[in-house]
Amino acid sequence: MNSQSATAPAQGAEAMIKMAGVEKWYGEFKALTDINLSVRQGEKIVLCGPSGSGKSTLIRCINHLEPYQKGEIRVGGTVLSDDSRIIDAIRREVGMVFQHFNLFPHLTVLENCMLAPMRSLRASKAQAEATARRLLGRVKIAEQAEKYPAQLSGGQQQRVAIARALCMQPKVMLFDEPTSALDPEMVKEVLDTMTGLAEEGMTMICVTHEMGFARQVADRVIFMASGAIVEEAPPAEFFTKPRHERTRQFLGEILRKH
Amino acid sequence: MGANEFLFLLIGLKWTIALSVIGFVGGGVFGLGVALARTSGIPLLERVTSGYIAIFQGTPLLMQLFVVYYGLALIGLKLDSWVAVSIGFTLHASAYLGEIWRGSIEAVPKGQTEAAKALSLNYVSRMKDVILPQAIRISLPATIGFLVQLIKGTSLAAIVGFTELARAGNIISNQIFQPLLVFGIVGALYFVMCWPLSLVGARLERQFAAATR
Repeated sequence: MNSQSATAPAQGAEAMIKMAGVEKWYGEFKALTDINLSVRQGEKIVLCGPSGSGKSTLIRCINHLEPYQKGEIRVGGTVLSDDSRIIDAIRREVGMVFQHFNLFPHLTVLENCMLAPMRSLRASKAQAEATARRLLGRVKIAEQAEKYPAQLSGGQQQRVAIARALCMQPKVMLFDEPTSALDPEMVKEVLDTMTGLAEEGMTMICVTHEMGFARQVADRVIFMASGAIVEEAPPAEFFTKPRHERTRQFLGEILRKH
Repeated sequence: MGANEFLFLLIGLKWTIALSVIGFVGGGVFGLGVALARTSGIPLLERVTSGYIAIFQGTPLLMQLFVVYYGLALIGLKLDSWVAVSIGFTLHASAYLGEIWRGSIEAVPKGQTEAAKALSLNYVSRMKDVILPQAIRISLPATIGFLVQLIKGTSLAAIVGFTELARAGNIISNQIFQPLLVFGIVGALYFVMCWPLSLVGARLERQFAAATR
């Protein structure tokens, strides 16, 4: 196991997310094994690995969509627990974007973006609308604000989902295979949005198979297999001289495809 | 059949409508509670409500009305037949609507709950703003179908001496000895109530199918 980053976060920057010895079981099946991961403020992490390796499970533990059985997760200094107030507090700081967008189909794009700020940040309607319109503009979709999700393309829906998460002013963004459900011609618009976000200094953890994005944006690439972190390195090193056999195998397969 | 007899039938019709409304509103309120309990994730609540549903779906409405009317009288609770049938229909409708709505809540994709949770919406907001608006749409055809059944089911209230439309028809028929005419009219009155509802249900179902395409 490799836990370099847990012991050596960058100098001066506080750990935004810190996972220490996190383990998770689904019944008998061990889904996560001894996960140690520390993410600095502003850092961009790309998580990759074969399907079933625990990447999604890992990031879903951070906002407690999945409970875990052992270890500790801290987000911005708060220790995650089963207390619903703590969970809610952490979810206010952590935005998430899903593979299948999960927009609310009965609400317009604008209402999708306004709901959470009004309900859980107690923003006024005017405030929430102003923020929503600004962020919809930022993901270049302002003119679609009054439409319903089903009227948009997949790429547009995913950009709305990003804007919806940003409306909560999160400190961290989690991306769970955000481009995997998209037609190829729509992948770029979503990746460009994510790259823009990264350039503005957002702390990001992205589960993705887009290795071009990893090369360009990631500070560190983490490779997982069988529920454990196998290897992590800056992209230049990760792609040119992977240390572990399983990483080489995985890279061989995925780069051949692209 | 004279005007007086027809008027008597209309008074019966009024009670049929009143009983249906009580059953539906009472069943709607308690049924929502049952549906939320069934999907709460709290084992005790889920088991209790699932037992309740099993009992009321597994026994005839007629028997349920008997038990509420005579059973409660036996333990010293002498209820007016009005109150008794209202309680009976509310209990009955709560079980069916609770089960219909449980299914609809569970039919809303899991990703909706996950997205709502990730946005830190609490339980009340997740249900009120995200899940229930979608679940209600899914449930509309079945809910209306049940309402139609409930309206026709009110005829069973006659058994405990409640004079609704069916019993009013029976009384008139015994007076004027024209059963075909009287029950023809009674049937037509039921039909006029239920058929438009069935039409609305079918239309909503088509709309729903089109919206999810």
